[in-house]
Order: sequence, then structure tokens, then C-alpha cells
Amino acid sequence: MSAAAKKPAAKLGVGKSGAGKSASGKAAAEKRVELLFEIGCEEIPAGMLPKAEEELKANLVKLLTAENFVDGVAVETFSAPRRLVAWVRSLQAKQADVESEVTGPPKSVAYDAVGAPTRAALSFAEKHGLPLADIYTIQTPKGEYLAAKNIKRGRTAEQILNEILPRVIHDLTWPRSMTWTGLDGARFIRPIRWIVAILDGKPLKFSYGGVVAGTKTRGHRFLGSSDITVRDFTDYEKKLKANGVIVRPSLRAAKIESELAAHAKKSGLKIHEDAHLRRMVTYLNEFPSVIAGDFDPAFLALPDEILVTVMRDHQKYFALEKRNGELAPTFLAVINLAKDGKGVVRAGHERVLRARFADAQFFWHADQKCRLADYLPKLEKVTYESRLGSYLDKVERVRAIARWLAEDWSNRGIAQAHVLDADRAAELSKCDLATDMVRELTELQGIVGGLYARAQGEPDEVSDAVYDHYRPVGLEDPIPRNLTGCTVALADKLDSIVGCFAVGVIPTGSSDPYALRRAALGVVKIILERKLPLSLSLAVGAAAKALLTHKPKKSMTPEQETQVLDFLLDRAKFVFKEREGFAYDEVNAVFRAGGDDLVDAHKRLVALKAIRKSKNFEPLAVSFKRIRKILEKANFSGGDGEAGAPELFENDAERELHHAVRDAAKKVQADKIAGRYSEALETIAGLRKAIDRFFEEVMVMSEDIRVRNNRLTLLSEVLKEFTTVADFSEIAAEERRS
Amino acid sequence: MKSQVKLDSKLQSKGLTFQDLILKLSHFWVKQGCVLQQPYDVEVGAGTMHPETFLRVLGPQPYRVAFVQPSRRPADGRYGENPNRLYKHSQFQVILKPSPVDVQEIYLQSLQAIGIDLKVHDVRFEEDNWESPTLGAWGIGWQVLLDGLEITQFTYFQQSGGIDLDPISVELTYGLERICSFLQGVESVYDMRWSADKTYGDIRLMEEQQFSEYSFDRSDAVALRTEFELHEKQAKELLEGYKAAEGADRSRYPLLAAYDHCLKCSHLFNLMDARGVISTTERAALMARVRSVACRTAANYLEQIGGPIVRREVRAEVRA
Repeated sequence: MSAAAKKPAAKLGVGKSGAGKSASGKAAAEKRVELLFEIGCEEIPAGMLPKAEEELKANLVKLLTAENFVDGVAVETFSAPRRLVAWVRSLQAKQADVESEVTGPPKSVAYDAVGAPTRAALSFAEKHGLPLADIYTIQTPKGEYLAAKNIKRGRTAEQILNEILPRVIHDLTWPRSMTWTGLDGARFIRPIRWIVAILDGKPLKFSYGGVVAGTKTRGHRFLGSSDITVRDFTDYEKKLKANGVIVRPSLRAAKIESELAAHAKKSGLKIHEDAHLRRMVTYLNEFPSVIAGDFDPAFLALPDEILVTVMRDHQKYFALEKRNGELAPTFLAVINLAKDGKGVVRAGHERVLRARFADAQFFWHADQKCRLADYLPKLEKVTYESRLGSYLDKVERVRAIARWLAEDWSNRGIAQAHVLDADRAAELSKCDLATDMVRELTELQGIVGGLYARAQGEPDEVSDAVYDHYRPVGLEDPIPRNLTGCTVALADKLDSIVGCFAVGVIPTGSSDPYALRRAALGVVKIILERKLPLSLSLAVGAAAKALLTHKPKKSMTPEQETQVLDFLLDRAKFVFKEREGFAYDEVNAVFRAGGDDLVDAHKRLVALKAIRKSKNFEPLAVSFKRIRKILEKANFSGGDGEAGAPELFENDAERELHHAVRDAAKKVQADKIAGRYSEALETIAGLRKAIDRFFEEVMVMSEDIRVRNNRLTLLSEVLKEFTTVADFSEIAAEERRS
Repeated sequence: MKSQVKLDSKLQSKGLTFQDLILKLSHFWVKQGCVLQQPYDVEVGAGTMHPETFLRVLGPQPYRVAFVQPSRRPADGRYGENPNRLYKHSQFQVILKPSPVDVQEIYLQSLQAIGIDLKVHDVRFEEDNWESPTLGAWGIGWQVLLDGLEITQFTYFQQSGGIDLDPISVELTYGLERICSFLQGVESVYDMRWSADKTYGDIRLMEEQQFSEYSFDRSDAVALRTEFELHEKQAKELLEGYKAAEGADRSRYPLLAAYDHCLKCSHLFNLMDARGVISTTERAALMARVRSVACRTAANYLEQIGGPIVRREVRAEVRA
């Protein structure tokens, strides 16, 4: 018995062949095993499956990591409507034993003079449940001590998984969960009906929500058996395939893809592409097959937008196009069967589509028995927001704002701006909300109004504006096609933002029920892309005025108007930084000089970004920062407006700067008015020499208060004159910029 | 197109009549242990409003019931001119309390019982949660699609009358006209055969025409409003009275009558809505008033049945 004899054994655990009998437990830890885990469910909503797959994987990894059991493990997850599946490979069969050395009493106390163990040695051995023979001594800085090996046995994969798999299920999150056995029962997205959990060929033992885990899965509802015993993932995947379930979404997507393509090729048509629909049908079916169906070509008299929406959103069919882009009177449906041998399913789908199209056709004609404008009074019954009144009230406000915008642009000489068009388009913009077509196909709001307006002979400028005015719906969505559309879209969005802020509906965190952030981004995007000259503060003022002079006749405080303006400016800054790639300090510098006119701000940003690279620029920015600090420290509010009395200058550096400022100011003013921002910035950058010399040779804080004030006045003039394009003091020095 | 026409004509000769469909479903669900109930004799917009659903799902007592419920939705009327839309349609309603573990399979067997071959049709369960704001009721479930046609609403009730349910009931609502039109392969509901020699149109068209005309054009808006107020008042007075009732008076106190008045309010609301006389602000407020009465009725009803049900369950156990 000695320390030396024990040590090699500790190493054997990581060795391979020579582990021998004494370390058999450690050798077993090297064996890698696989887990098949399936949560069998009643139909889970298709839209939730992709996220659930990801979360299942994340939960497994998280809980295995917590058990220190994740090394080298490969986790894959899959899903189909009735199942969430995890395939975990290379799991250790057992956690490694954790061996540690514990120190006991000093050897001098543990053994008596003749080397016999004392009471202290015996009780140390007893405490660790070891025979005295297993106790050895070690050398420590304090002398020789007794020691023993303490081995904490690792748990088996089976033990660990039995414990964590119920938690993996429990920790999955859903938008709206349910209970099916009662209030004390489990919660999940839909009832769990079976669980498969097989580790290394053997079933695990746990239950969840009253369901005991086992080795039996169920196939397709109608194509397979509901009693299938499986051994491992490979066996599972194979048997499910034979029972009408393709477990891997990627394989289902591929099957759909190839069958869609084959049908399109056969008919010489093109699929009306829709990535969202493809994803949807992949997760809606366990065994997807594509079938073709036809509809009466007479329905093609209805606008494409309506036909496609009915097929896609309501029936989940793919529309088909001819080479010239016209819709063909045919569709492709994805069914959850291997085939439709007798054409029964096809006949059913054609019948449903016929009824849907007949409804749409009925609405198309019935809605147009009166003119679009005749729906306006009915908007009184459609609530926009309880405190902001009905859509009729909103339309009146939007009209007022749209007129103001068009008039403003018309006054500035923008030829396409027509007050009457803007007013008419705004008047018609929401009328379709009262039509049966939009009540049935809500996703077509705006579009239906535009289609009716065109069919009823409104000029394109107006009908296109109605059609487009909800745009842009996101940053990727295009802005309205014509100026009138942009005008109404801006007016509508400004009214929503101003109105909601006025009644305290202000976006916070994830809560933005009226999608005001999206509306504000839309405002910014329209102004920038259409390059519209517009004072945001005046536009917000116009919207606030509309809210005051029209129902609900609410007034806004100046603070609320500022709040709205800041909200819009925040979105604009976001667009400049994240979408246009300007640095944060460039954006800050330009907005500090004024961001009311976004197109102008954009021009200044471009000029600033360009000049920033020149050699004079960054030192100048440092000087401007210094000037601002000096003025702040001196608490100098800007003199009496009379910049620099020549008789008070004491040296040439002051006079030089004074002259340089006078000359530059004239040029900068002229360039700025003409929008020549690069030239203006060049001129300002040219002041660097004079400013540098000033700071080298002049003590600003003179004893003589008149001299001091004169110098401060000169500096404040520099700031005032030359920070109107961009405030350089906001620019971070090169090394600090991120 | 040709093959499709042929199929349609083939289907036309097949399919159950409307009355046979009801008989088959009734027979199937009776064999599943359901009480075969009758339609409620107060106007309702859906089978859920039948006390055999709204009230029966409350409390712990197991219950299985099936019934046809004619459901009036005045705003859906189309003067008998639309082939698919009706002022009054028929729901076949099934409540299984508590929900059995194989409820989906049982439901699918019911489709087989009415002649639908599950191996050749595409039957699927697509997400569709259900909510009735006027009843304070909601549930989680699907619409069942048969070759793309919605034929049943399948719901695990979670709340009724604002009360969390325990146990959970399953509600199956079959749209009888749709299913029957599908089985018979007819394009218009009015062409569907009700019996061997009568069509749906023979029996119901006049009713659709007259009630559409009444709801949209001839109902007396002022009278509807007055009636609404009266029914609400009576419901509230009855609910107030229950507070004071004691002992035997309490157990036979007519809360069911309060519920009838609540149903009347709901139907009157629908009539006013169809007439277009409910303003923006009023709409939500009126619905909240109906909901308030429904929720109070449910809470009181649950308290009222509390005693007897426990006794009944004990007795059942003793017998077993």
C-alpha cells in the first residue's frame, strides 16, 4: 500500500487498452450511445413547428450541458404535424466518475511510535468507507499527511435522460398553450398522445402529461399503422416512411418542390412563387403530394390579386402563370396523401375553389352596385381606435394632412403635386373597409379599393394611390408608385402616429398594437426614396392640427409633438445607420445641426462622410470640441451678437481667425443655400490653420474681461456659423470610433 | 374539366339526404354514450349557446351530449340568393366531457359512419382556435378540412362564462349543410336533397328570404333596442335575486331563466347589428354587457350545482 501504487490507476481512466479490470467503469464511459426521442401529438399548428424544432434542440443542449454531458454529442431535430423528434448521437453511456483526493490527519498523529495506526487513522478510513489498506500518505508543504481517493460515481445516460427529457418537453414555449386533462394537468400546444424515448435500443422510463414513454410510434393517420415498434432513429425513419410519414422537413420540401416543378413542366406553366406558402405546406403535411386542379376560365375576369389571395391564403394552393405572366385557370394543391387515384380529392378542391371564387365574384359585382365613395358614410361604424373614433373620422384627418402636404409641394414647384388628387385618393383610401370583399379578404385592404376605383374610372393617379397607400409594409416593401400615393401614405401614417401618441398609445418594448414603428419607418422610407422636401416638424404640426380641427378634436401639448418628432427622428437615424451604413457619430453630427428635412440631412451626411477622410478634418473636429468645452466652461451664452470688435484683438492670430471666419462664413452661407454641402464643408475644413494658430498663440481666458468676452464671442461665432451643416464636435476621433 | 363534370354527376346520385345525415350522426354519437338532446327553443347564433353546452361544460360532472342546433346569424342572410350563405344554418353539436384520449379517432369514425372514405379523401386538422366574446368562452383546436372544405370545428374548451374549465370538454360542431352538399355533390345548398322527394330549398328558401328581408330591411330598430334593455334588465334582476335566495329557494332558483334572457340579448344584438344601427363605440359596450350577464350566470350556476353533483357522483360510485 503506497501512494505510488495508486497513481497510475487514476490515469488509466483516460487510457484505452490497458485500463484493465480495475477501471472497467471508466472504460464504459467511452461507449457512445444514441437517443431517439419523439413527442407524439395531435396536430400542431404548422406555423409553429420550425421554431419548436429549434427550441427542442436548444433545450436538449442546454440541459445536457448543465449535466456536463454534452461533449461530442450531435443533436438533430425534426418535426411533422403530429410529432417533434430529436435524434441525439454520441452520448456517453455514463458520466465520467469524478475522482478526488481527500486529505486526512498528519502522519505523525495517525501512526504511533511503532508505526501502528492510531484512532485518528481508523476514523479517517471509516469516514470514507475505505479499508485501512486503501489509505496512503502524501507529501504536503506542511509535512506528511494521510490521504484517500474519493470517487463520485457518474450517473448513467439513462438516469440523466429520464430526469431531463420531461423538462425538455415542459420547457418548450408556445404562443398559446392549453390543458386537456384539467387545470392540474400538463400544458402544451395540443394534447400529447404518445412519447417514444429509446436509448441504445432500450426504452427509457418516464412519463409526461399522463403519457408513459415507450417504443411505439404512430404512422400517418390514414396511410399507416398506429402501432409501430421502433428500435432506433434509423429504424424509426424507415418504418415511418413505410407508414406514410416523411420525418425530415427538408425531404418533404424536396418532394413538394420536385412535384410542383413536374406539374408546371407538364402544363408549360410557371409557378406563381411564394416562399411562405412552400414552408407552410411543408409543415402541414406528413406525406405531401401535389395534385393539379382547374377552374372555370370565366373567373379570370376577376383581378389577379383577388384570385391569388383566395388560392394562397384561403386554400393554400399555388397559382400558375403563363409565360406572359397572365394567370392560368389552374392550380396546384398539396395534399396529405400518397395519391389521388380516382380524382376525388381534386374534384373536392375544385368544388371548394369554385364556391370561393363565386363568392368573390358576387362581392366584386355587389360591392360595385354603388360607387366606392358611397361606402364612406359606412366607415362611421368601423372603429379605428376607441378614443380616436371611426375610420370616417380618420379619413377626414388624413384628407386634411394630404391636402396640406400636396399644397406645400405644389408651392415649392413640384409639378406632380395635385391637391385635388391627394384629397380624392385620401377620401377613397379606406372605403374598401366597408365592402364585402375586404370583410372576406382582409389582407386585400387598399388593393381592393384601388381596383374598384380603377374599374369605376378614377384616374390612375388616384386609383394607384388608393391601391398603394398601406405601403411600405416593411423596409423591403416598395413605396407607393406615384406622388399622390406617397402623399396619402404619409398622411395616413402621420395621423396614426400623432393620434396614438395624443391618446397615450405609445410603443414600448414589444408592445406596438398599432404598428407605429412600422408606420414611422414607412414615413422615413417614403421621404428618402422619393426625395421629398418636407419639414418633419411642420408635418407633425399639420397632423396635430388635423386632430384638433376634426373629430375627435383633441389637442396636443408641445411636449407630445416633440415626442412624436423624436420618435420619427429615431427611426430616421436607425435607417441612416443600419440601412445606409453611416457611422453613428456622423449621424449624430448631422442631426445635431438639424434633422427636420431628411433629404437635406441625407445630403449633408454624404458630404460629411466624404470629407471625413481628408487630413484637415479630424483635427478640426477636435478643435470644435475644444471650442464647445471652453464656451461651456466659461458659461458663455453667445455675447451680444457683435462678433469680434477689431480694436480689442491683441494679436495677429486673433485677427487672422476673425478674417478667416468672416470670409468663410459668406462662402459657407452661399454654398449651404445652394445645397453645395461638400464645398461648404471644404471651406470649413480650410479654417483648420487659423484655428490651430489661434489656440497656439492666444490665451482665451484673459484677465481683461472685455478682451476675454471678445475672444469668446469670436469662438461662439465659429460654432454658430460652422455647425449648421454638421456639428463636428459630435465626431469621435478615429481610434475611438466604432 | 370533362372528368370533373362526370364526377359531379356521379356524386349527385350518391350521398345521404339531409335527414339521413342527421340520423346517422345521431345514431353514431348515441352509440358513443351521448344523450341525444333537442335544439334549444330560444334563438341562438351557435350550438355553443345551448345550455347543454354553455352550462354543461361547467363543473366536474362527466357528460356526453349530441344535438342539432339551428343557428341564426342575421348578418349572414343573403335573401336566399347565395348558394352557400344562410341566415339560419344547422349545426350538429357534440360535447364529450371529459375529453377522451382517442377523441380524434372517434371523430374520424363518425366521418366514416356518414360515408366518407378516409383513404381516398384528404382529411386534415388545421389550426383554428375558437372564441366567443359575448359568452366569455374560448378554446383551442382546429377546423377539420375535407378536400379543402371546412366541415367541423373541433375545440378543446378552456373557458366558458369566464370560468376555467376542469375537466376539459371537447366540442365538435359539424356544419350540416356544407357536409351534406359535399356528399351529394351539389353546388347550391338549396338543391340539396333533404328527403327522398324534397330539397332544402323546398323546405327553407322562403324562410331565408323572409328573415333576410326582416333582418336587413324591416326590423324595428327602436323596438329591438327596447327589447334588449328589457331582457338585460330581467336577467340582472334574476341574478340579483339569487344573491338573496337561501336554502331550498336557492337550489331551485331560476338561473336558467336568467340565461334565457341573456340569449335573447345576444340575438337582439345580432339583429341590431344586421340592421346597421350599432355605432362604433356602442358595439364593444353592448357585447361587454351581454358577456357580463353570461359570466355572472355561469358563476352562479356553478355554485348552484355544486352540492347535487357531488352526491350524484358518490351514488354512481356506490352502484359500480
